[in-house]
Amino acid sequence: MNTPTSVTIDLTGLGELVSELVARGYEVYGPQVHNGVITPDLLRSVEDLPVGWTDEQEGGRYRLVRRNDGARFGYAVGPQSWKEVLHPARTKVWSMTRDSAGELKVTMTEPDRPLRAFVGVRPCELAAIAKQDRVLMHGPHPDPVYTANRENTFVVVVNCGEPAATCFCPSMGTGPKAGPGYDLALTELVDGSEVRYIAEPGSDLGAAVLRGVPSAVTSDAERERGRQVIADAVDRITRQIDTTGIRDLLFGNLESPRWDQIAERCLTCGNCTLACPTCFCTNMEDVTDLSGDHTDRWRTWDSCFSLEFSHMGPGPHRASVKSRYRQWLTHKLGSWIDQFDESGCVGCGRCITWCPVGIDLTHELSEFRAAPGPKRELEGQPT
Amino acid sequence: MTATEVTTEVKPSTKVGNPTLAVWKFASCDGCQLSLLDCEDDLLAVAGRLDIAYFPEASSGMMAGPYDVSLVEGSITTPGDLKRIKEIREQSGLLITIGACATSGGIQALRNGADVSEFIGIVYAHPEFISTLDTSTPIADHVTVDFELRGCPIDRGQLVETIAAHLAGRPPRIPTTSVCVQCKARGTPCIMVSQGTPCLGPVTQGGCNALCPTYNRGCYGCFGPMESPNTAALAQQFTHLGLTDSEIARTFRSYSGWAQAFREEADKHEIPQGTNQ
Ligand code: SF4
Ligand code: SF4
Ligand code: SF4
Ligand code: SF4
Repeated sequence: MNTPTSVTIDLTGLGELVSELVARGYEVYGPQVHNGVITPDLLRSVEDLPVGWTDEQEGGRYRLVRRNDGARFGYAVGPQSWKEVLHPARTKVWSMTRDSAGELKVTMTEPDRPLRAFVGVRPCELAAIAKQDRVLMHGPHPDPVYTANRENTFVVVVNCGEPAATCFCPSMGTGPKAGPGYDLALTELVDGSEVRYIAEPGSDLGAAVLRGVPSAVTSDAERERGRQVIADAVDRITRQIDTTGIRDLLFGNLESPRWDQIAERCLTCGNCTLACPTCFCTNMEDVTDLSGDHTDRWRTWDSCFSLEFSHMGPGPHRASVKSRYRQWLTHKLGSWIDQFDESGCVGCGRCITWCPVGIDLTHELSEFRAAPGPKRELEGQPT
Repeated sequence: MTATEVTTEVKPSTKVGNPTLAVWKFASCDGCQLSLLDCEDDLLAVAGRLDIAYFPEASSGMMAGPYDVSLVEGSITTPGDLKRIKEIREQSGLLITIGACATSGGIQALRNGADVSEFIGIVYAHPEFISTLDTSTPIADHVTVDFELRGCPIDRGQLVETIAAHLAGRPPRIPTTSVCVQCKARGTPCIMVSQGTPCLGPVTQGGCNALCPTYNRGCYGCFGPMESPNTAALAQQFTHLGLTDSEIARTFRSYSGWAQAFREEADKHEIPQGTNQ
């Protein structure tokens, strides 16, 4: 594509952008206030966006708070990510019936390939989608459901101007300004109730969509403001992790007493993995009905915090709490690198906020750095 | 025993035809039996695969035992119950307990450790007619139970699954993970995190599809302790949320309050149950 040129759109333009996407046949999703949180859902109009709301987050704590301006994207991230749409919690894989002659008939679920536009994807979420693409779509065995859901998504990223206290995207190189992979990127400029957006296309399709929206050439002053929004966001992000040699740090500390201390607090509830936008693990469930002539196979989210997850032969081999927390942290930040040449974490902070007891992986990592524990020789590769 | 350990294939009794089903009631509110009646279309399917031989709540026809499958609701609270449950065990091929009363003693287990004769004096006009034990205890304390289906009330989908699984000779697919897993799967935002509402969900087995959190109520623990309940860590978090020790004890002493993990946690936060009534 040609060099992207940014334009500036106002609120009318934002509405026109949604209309343009609808006219092109997209189901448009965007952030909305539901049940006391900001969460993506089908957008009926830009009126549904969370105008005048922000979120305050800490370990185990989230609150919606009023802001006294017209920002539509003046918050960080909610509990739900785009994973819910792309990699749903529960999907039917196939059904099998036995007819009166005893013949078995299998019907595979044929996923439809919906046209969906995601408006308000955060830079860290864009990075999370790319990580799931790699695992679920670009591997040797592409996942049909994810691939079908993902193929036709149009992604409108909104760069972050209001990070939460739980965010640490700069450490993971994923934000607060979006990297590549979007169709359009917006930066919100807020002047009281007045709001404008600098819009940059990231794909030919994005550029074409943008041409259908009334816009003005972005001025140098606006461009500078846009840079400032990002720079201010960077300054306000205080949580961080030092990723230097992080895999070896974790695998060099498998017997650290720190795991026992975490295990005293961890509820093994699974919230961290289910809220994490990159966790991809699933389980298969076969459900027979009472007649015994019909079976459905369902794929459901799973978590390395469940006992069944590591159940082999005689029982779960990760029975202790510490072994389950250790699996999560070492996979997310360590062995994910072995598998996929990158970290499994994008620094969105969800596992910190939505852990009911506020266990904070950034804090735990700094503890490992500060007090390396006894080493253990590994037999084979950890998974 | 845990709910997933035992799978016994239903073997039809000596006579030809479908296996027979009996439904029994002990100290309970009938809610779990009603869940079975509530199965509507599924109930017809159940009736197609099992002959309902004894189910006083639903029909007047009563066939004599033995029965291939017995569903038992309610807890043991009287000397008569003790005798009756042993007889039922002897007459039953597969004995499945249903609901919090049958699996952990139910809400009526709040009396355990209390002065029951004092309660009787207050509640009944003629205490001399009342013959009762000092405790309300789960069925598995008294006889061997083949499968425990939790809940207050049970979930009818789980009941159908349990019956279907036993008919097919496979393990019932009843998850033992937390209620939180169901919150996340259905997209219910965590109310403990977003509103500061104390919730037993992280230590409670899912099964209700996160009903209470979805309606802005903290989980009451109806399905009993989940597979690895860290009640101490949750109690600590309740303290951070501003609960006093006795409020923490009361939170754990709910529908599954006599289940071991919940009872022990409650005891840590209050003088033993009953002595402060
Ligand atoms: S590990 Fe935590 S911070 Fe990292 S991507 Fe997952 S939820 Fe976000
Ligand atoms: S193993 Fe655990 S941490 Fe890794 S992707 Fe699966 S659920 Fe997430
Ligand atoms: S780290 Fe937190 S969210 Fe994750 S399983 Fe443990 S208590 Fe639950
Ligand atoms: S509302 Fe309760 S059950 Fe749901 S995620 Fe939060 S703590 Fe768990």
